[in-house]
Amino acid sequence: MGSSATSPQAGHHGSGTRRDFLYLAAGGFGAVGAGAALWPFIHSMNPAADVLALASTEVDLKPIQAGQRITVTWRGKPVFIDNRTADQIKAARDVAATELPDPQTDQKRVKAGKDQWLVVLGVCTHLGCVPLGQKTGESKGEYGGWFCPCHGSHYDTSGRIRKGPAPKNLEVPEFTFVNDTLIRIG
Amino acid sequence: MAKDNAFFNNPTVKWIEHRLPIFSFVDHSLGSQYPTPRNLNYWWNFGSLAGFMLVVMILSGVFLAMNYTPHVDHAFNSVERVMRDVNYGWLIRYIHMNGASMFFIVVYIHIFRGLYFGSYKPPREILWWLGIVILLLMMATAFMGYVLPWGQMSFWGATVITNLFSAIPLVGDKIVTLLWGGFSVDNATLNRFFALHYLLPFVIAGVVVLHIWALHVHGSNNPLGIDTRGPQDTIPFHPYYTIKDAFGLAVFMIIFAFVVFFAPNFFGEPDNYIPANPMVTPAHIVPEWYFLPFYAILRSITFNILFIDAKLGGVLAMFGSILILFLLPWLDTSRVRSGLFRPIFQVFYWIFFVVCLLLGWVGGQAADATVMGIPLLRIGQFCTFWYFFHFVAILPLLGWFERPRPLPISISQPVLGGGRVAAGAAAKPMEKA
Amino acid sequence: MLRMRELVLAGAVALGLAAPAMAAETLKPPAQSWSFEGLFGTYDRGALQRGYQVYKEVCAACHAMSQIRFRDLGGGSGAAHSPLVGLGYTDDEVKAIAAEYKVMDGPNDDGEMFERTARPADRFKAPFANEKAARSANNGAYPVDLSLIVEARKHGADYIYALLTGYKEPPASVKLGEGMHYNAWFPGFQIAMGAPLSDDRVTYGDGTKATVSQMAKDVSVFLAWASEPNLEQRKALGIKVILFLVILAGLLYAAKRKVWADIH
Repeated sequence: MGSSATSPQAGHHGSGTRRDFLYLAAGGFGAVGAGAALWPFIHSMNPAADVLALASTEVDLKPIQAGQRITVTWRGKPVFIDNRTADQIKAARDVAATELPDPQTDQKRVKAGKDQWLVVLGVCTHLGCVPLGQKTGESKGEYGGWFCPCHGSHYDTSGRIRKGPAPKNLEVPEFTFVNDTLIRIG
Repeated sequence: MAKDNAFFNNPTVKWIEHRLPIFSFVDHSLGSQYPTPRNLNYWWNFGSLAGFMLVVMILSGVFLAMNYTPHVDHAFNSVERVMRDVNYGWLIRYIHMNGASMFFIVVYIHIFRGLYFGSYKPPREILWWLGIVILLLMMATAFMGYVLPWGQMSFWGATVITNLFSAIPLVGDKIVTLLWGGFSVDNATLNRFFALHYLLPFVIAGVVVLHIWALHVHGSNNPLGIDTRGPQDTIPFHPYYTIKDAFGLAVFMIIFAFVVFFAPNFFGEPDNYIPANPMVTPAHIVPEWYFLPFYAILRSITFNILFIDAKLGGVLAMFGSILILFLLPWLDTSRVRSGLFRPIFQVFYWIFFVVCLLLGWVGGQAADATVMGIPLLRIGQFCTFWYFFHFVAILPLLGWFERPRPLPISISQPVLGGGRVAAGAAAKPMEKA
Repeated sequence: MLRMRELVLAGAVALGLAAPAMAAETLKPPAQSWSFEGLFGTYDRGALQRGYQVYKEVCAACHAMSQIRFRDLGGGSGAAHSPLVGLGYTDDEVKAIAAEYKVMDGPNDDGEMFERTARPADRFKAPFANEKAARSANNGAYPVDLSLIVEARKHGADYIYALLTGYKEPPASVKLGEGMHYNAWFPGFQIAMGAPLSDDRVTYGDGTKATVSQMAKDVSVFLAWASEPNLEQRKALGIKVILFLVILAGLLYAAKRKVWADIH
């Protein structure tokens, strides 16, 4: 549309160049400004300071018996904490990591020296359902870990995907041992 | 002209144009195919500025709504959360909060431009009406928006303004209960005000489309107030007025940005940073500045008029002060549009302007204030009288008694009453067109 | 001619807008000089930390600040540290400050509420459970929440400073109500709060002498920050935005002149 309006003066070469430069400079400047002005609006949709401030949670492990699993809430999502038995750990380590859909050793998914404590996000990596297996009586899937009822993904005792449509292992959140019986997630 | 340029010959553009002629629609609406009087001055920038402000308000409002909770227990704190925790929340809220004031400044200037240059006169009466409808919708939207932070001014503003309707005979109290959704301004009121505050701007946008449509039928009025008589009187909207509007917009944004970044609470009332308390009314309750002239008119009717008591009289006068604008095209009997050629009208125009400012000032003062021994109430009453007197007496009579200055023959020949310089001046734009 | 008159009238409009803001005044406290005023104004971190100490050791006995969280006091640490927020405390210092308080949390797995050590994400602890408890402990008067006090009062920090230093012997003509105190800057001159500050009421860690006027000034700065913790970011961004817009307006003006060159 711009060219139609400027065509009448197309004959004046010298001033035309300067004019085009001015249009480009003003237009470019305006476009950069408009783009920059959008950022605060977009950024306002990112997590706010109060959300980020609450993004860590502490869990006392003392009450959890061997073989027991509990669920805690972190960032609005369930986190599975599993006090694994020796059998469950052995089952997780007997399989060669390279044969798995998402190769990862069990050792990489737990803290050294605290091998019985498995901490994973209870969110299926397929489409975000919460897998079964936390409560007694719920299906734990073919590998004794968790089973997602939405589309049939089976996770093992290390929370790794073994069968079904999920592409990745259950995510291990960032967490640290504050002391032997207290962890901080996030 | 546009049809044969490079843009419209682009194959992609052609493909789209054949199916949805959106580019030529824009070109005819705001582009090179929209002929515009060549003599518009900077007062004509304020229409596009108002459109810009509507977009800014809707955009910032949508993002605020994402973080706002319309509940009496959470509204105030959710606004403070926007100010303290949401990324750039303070910026978005200050833009929205001061944007309302900037929007009204722009629209009031736009209206006073129309009043001076006779933009309401035939054939633009419906264009003018649509403008008044937009103003009324803006007022409703702004009022309900001011309630949402649920501060002291929010609460008491809502209480006072909704109580205006109780002045209506017989059904007044029932209407107020209906507006509240209860027996006082409470959670139900806040909820519905939020719903309507979100809805009305889109209604405004719809009326703006009609306003622009009506504008395009006969084109813009111009400072001389005479009709365009052919291509020598007009220039294409693009690039001449697009660039002029863009420059005006940049200057306006400097002022807007200064308020947002360096005086964000200038237009606000400190009391609205106190959470709403239905048990305590603040000492000075005043509406936002853009309602002050109307507030002064409301308060100036302190006496019964025949069978109409003072309360109803005040409400009628307040609404009447806006509704009378609908009749303006017929109250102004002069056949000359532009105030430039009406020497006596000019004097009364500026008196009217000062009266409006005085009303605004009186509206912001305490009800029992005095200045130099004169009760402000009396000043407000005189100004209220003059406000209506201007419309129902001065304007109709001026049309009969005033002798306007001679009008120029055409826009491209702006020398009054003579044609000596005109030939040369008219020749050049003709080549352009 | 018309141009000139329009300019004058535009000025009148601006004055007309300013007039309501200036009017309706009965008391105008003397203006102090504050470091956070002006286009480039920032908060003085020393004054903020001292002011917080005054709030904590004096005001907090009665006044809540429900909008403020302990984390607001810090500016973050490491790469995320911003000098433009908070009181200048590091994250560890903020944790230590929070740890001085116990807050209610719960319910726990047994359904009981329990007390725990405060964390940075917690809000400042209110001295009273609710407004009624506050009134009953204060002779019927309600000590207002101070989170937004500077924005919620005309003349902001000037008023707070004037109020805190405005306790005087009442003039003979004034009859004080029971339990009331005379204050030259409080609307109505009678205030339920007794003079909160006296010389050396607190002991400043940085060696500043704790006179009444010094403490009043510091706590006013702290309360101004609490009302608007983003003031510094706002002003810093504002300078950039306005510079940008001035250049843009200049370019557009030049372009407008070029486009219109053959019309005039």
